[in-house]
Amino acid sequence: MNKLTRDQMAERVARDIPEGSYVNLGIGLPTKVANYLPKEREIFLHSENGLLGMGEAPEPGEEDPELINAGKEPVTLLEGGSFFHHGDSFAMMRGGHLDICVLGAFQVSASGDLANWHTGAPGAIPAVGGAMDLAVGAKQVFVMMDLLTKTGESKLVEACSYPLTGVGCVDRIYTDVAVIDVTPDGLVVRELVEGNSFDELQRIVPVPLKMASLAAAA
Amino acid sequence: MFGQRPFVIGAAWPGMFINPSKGSRPLIEGWDGSETMIDKTVASLEEAVAGIFDGATVMIGGFGTAGQPAELIDALIAQGAKDLTIVNNNAGNGDIGLAALLNARRVKKIICSFPRQADSHVFDALYRAGEIELELVPQGNLAARIQAAGAGLGAIFTPTGYGTLLAEGKETREIDGKHYVLEYPIKADFALIKALKGDRWGNLIYRKAARNFGPIMATAAAVTIAQVSEIVPLGALDPEVIVTPGIFVQRVVAIGNAVAQAA
Repeated sequence: MNKLTRDQMAERVARDIPEGSYVNLGIGLPTKVANYLPKEREIFLHSENGLLGMGEAPEPGEEDPELINAGKEPVTLLEGGSFFHHGDSFAMMRGGHLDICVLGAFQVSASGDLANWHTGAPGAIPAVGGAMDLAVGAKQVFVMMDLLTKTGESKLVEACSYPLTGVGCVDRIYTDVAVIDVTPDGLVVRELVEGNSFDELQRIVPVPLKMASLAAAA
Repeated sequence: MFGQRPFVIGAAWPGMFINPSKGSRPLIEGWDGSETMIDKTVASLEEAVAGIFDGATVMIGGFGTAGQPAELIDALIAQGAKDLTIVNNNAGNGDIGLAALLNARRVKKIICSFPRQADSHVFDALYRAGEIELELVPQGNLAARIQAAGAGLGAIFTPTGYGTLLAEGKETREIDGKHYVLEYPIKADFALIKALKGDRWGNLIYRKAARNFGPIMATAAAVTIAQVSEIVPLGALDPEVIVTPGIFVQRVVAIGNAVAQAA
């Protein structure tokens, strides 16, 4: 199947983020989405450590160790941005004030369960951070992930085998081969990367999929 | 200059503004009836961490190293208290600050949301060796439980973590069609936090994203100790922008701070 690069995936997600939205981009791949948000579109980026109106990385030499993002990388604050404490920051997340969060994932289930914080492997040191709060709190939870693991297994599964981050919380999955919505009627393929067919996709995903046009007609 | 003034270590007197019959013996225990200028500033880091006892629960502000009160932590290491329970978002970065406290084997338990990081090697080694206990708490629940303690709540119902490993064995409730987990407050004997400026009443303002857990931890500890870059005269902080009112702060100590001075 034809696959998007990580940057193309980020660009694809960025297309769906409307002006005026309050957005949290998770650590890792989702952070790249910021690079593709058009400058003329006003979007409020939230960072769990107490920033709203987060800007891009500072020029070399301009880094401030007290102005960082959730991944602890130096960032800037836009004009009109604000600082606040952790109680307020997580009220924004848990209280349904963020329009969109974009998270990475190990697995997503057919019913929208998300697993992205812990492999559960013996000896692995667990760390959860703010993932569980984002998963339950944002109005829309977007997941951004390769469809297959490095060893070729689908990360879209009937039931997650990894420990859950949230139950039934995912709304949309942006993969490298297709965009898939989690709906009450099951998984609906919204978009296929050019050159890919629905049948090809269904062959590698072990849960039933519907094509958006057919789902709409049904 | 601050050493010239009488200062109070620990909590100011309860009810210090109530002086029902000036001149006669007051009814407030611990108050001898004197009227002196309240001054929560202390002259040294050593005084700032005085009284932190073995086995204490100590909240430490910061998100990674942003807002971490490194000088207070160094003073705590020198002070020697051990068997501490530490509450922090992380579990130390590199070899300094909180990582150094862990490395000095003073911490028996850490309550945090994100221990494992690229530079958390001190914690990782202690954890793998079974030498430190970890209570992993989703970050928003950590904040909410700290706020619950500060606000005098008995418990909270939070949606975060429902249906996950981190809620296993915990009481749950369905409220208005949504699932919640019962979580209890986290309170502390001491909180060590970093702010930008403070005054002798303990009012604080912070700097950029170094604010993070400072304001909420200040509410949840019996004794909150703030290191600040600068102690300013009473009245110098605009009441409209004070982030932590002095009621939540018991000691303030000034340190030099390169970051704040550069900004």
